[in-house]
Amino acid sequence: MEPIIHIKNISKHFGAVEALRGVNLDIVRGEVVVIIGPSGSGKSTLLRCINRLEVFDEGEIMVDGIPLDSAENINAVRTEVGMVFQQFNLFPHLSVVGNITLAQRAIRKRSVKEADQIARDLLFKVGIPEKADAHPWQLSGGQQQRVAIARALAMNPKIMLFDEPTSALDPEMIQEVLDVMLGLAKDGMTMVVVSHEIGFARAAAHRAILMDAGQIIEEAPPDVLFSNPRHERTKLFLSKVLI
Amino acid sequence: MDVPKNPDPDLKKVLNEIPGGGPMASFDRWWILLAGVLALILILITVSPDPYLRILYFVRDGIVVTIVTTVISFIFILIVGLLVALMRLSANRFIVTIATVYVEVVRGIPLLVQLFFWYFAFPSIIQEIGARFNIEIFKNYLANPIAMAVLGLTFCYAAYISEVYRAGIQSIGKGQMEAARSLGMNYSQAMRFVILPQALRVVLPPLGNDFISLLKDSSLVSVVTVADMTRRGREFMAANFIPVETWTMIALLYLVMTLLAARVITWIEKKTRLEK
Repeated sequence: MEPIIHIKNISKHFGAVEALRGVNLDIVRGEVVVIIGPSGSGKSTLLRCINRLEVFDEGEIMVDGIPLDSAENINAVRTEVGMVFQQFNLFPHLSVVGNITLAQRAIRKRSVKEADQIARDLLFKVGIPEKADAHPWQLSGGQQQRVAIARALAMNPKIMLFDEPTSALDPEMIQEVLDVMLGLAKDGMTMVVVSHEIGFARAAAHRAILMDAGQIIEEAPPDVLFSNPRHERTKLFLSKVLI
Repeated sequence: MDVPKNPDPDLKKVLNEIPGGGPMASFDRWWILLAGVLALILILITVSPDPYLRILYFVRDGIVVTIVTTVISFIFILIVGLLVALMRLSANRFIVTIATVYVEVVRGIPLLVQLFFWYFAFPSIIQEIGARFNIEIFKNYLANPIAMAVLGLTFCYAAYISEVYRAGIQSIGKGQMEAARSLGMNYSQAMRFVILPQALRVVLPPLGNDFISLLKDSSLVSVVTVADMTRRGREFMAANFIPVETWTMIALLYLVMTLLAARVITWIEKKTRLEK
């Protein structure tokens, strides 16, 4: 099958630091991929290269057949790729519905009424329909992150990228966000998730990837990777994560 | 502000009351000050209408000129200042250089000298160009004092205001821009819908300060023949030789204007404030 995300030999430097060193990765439609690895391993950088929030130095990335080479193509890719951030990044000057309708109206050119209806349906889907008219500062972290997911879904993305979506949350709020993500995976969304939530990876991912020092060390179905890692580096990392 | 004997355990509430002693305290102070200034003017013009009422009557058109010059200049300043700020944040080195040179040059020259330049030197340059290239309109160009005053004030203040805008825009976390861009917005959409609405709230207080400075600095335009409040005051004094009364009255009039402006600014700030 033709991969929906095609990453070929990309490299990226931050000054003298090599963040990515010739990474190759193909992801097919409907696949859920979880990327784990120690901090500084390049996993977030790789994720951010997929929608070109990070500029890479070498290599090429194609998303749904579109190469990330011109400003026009990059914007086209971004409308098809939803992104969820560790820090939520909701727009504080807008209500919850305002957050979810802004890009729908500006880019998808939907009417106020249509965008509003889509926003409310998505809030129902992520389990907080009653927060439609609240402002971000009135929500808990878990609720804010669910709004952020709804905001990305409102653009009808073909791919969702999650950059440590639960790392900034209090422990009791992690599950409510993971539940939404599990639902998305079950619906067949193509997802790339940078996260250390091993439980989520086991339940939803088709493939787990361990990165270290800007390279992919090992990739396998999550059960295999977590129970039977082949590489020493993977074993060492998992021994610290799986206590 | 009264310091509570038993400190409120609710730290957030206490912190909210610290700046300026809380909204009520500053409102009261402003109200007393304005009432005092207005009462003083009223007493002066009723107790001794000659010369105070005569002064007020004489400078009344100057009051209008001061307000009109300040407000029109400020509208241009807000627009030009924002454009310069966006230029300084551009990815294009050439555009950044132009904007930076403009800001540095303007900040290094006194406003009074700039006003002299626009009123006296600029028209001469235009006439010279007209003479050299035989362009009739340029040859007969005469500076309109108010237009030159607005141009001079805008040219100078836009440089300062652009720095205020720039600081405001840069104070918005880069996650906001990334979130907007990752939803498919281009740079200008992200600026318009996400960054600027937040940045403008941040810069309202310093913009308000600059408006009040401008209101006062507009008195400098009196030296380039604009018949503003200050110039009318000088004319009155020249005819009547009563400097104390004249400049007391003019000072009180400026004070009323700046106090009212400060109040309007605070009101706008409150209306647009975001809870955090």
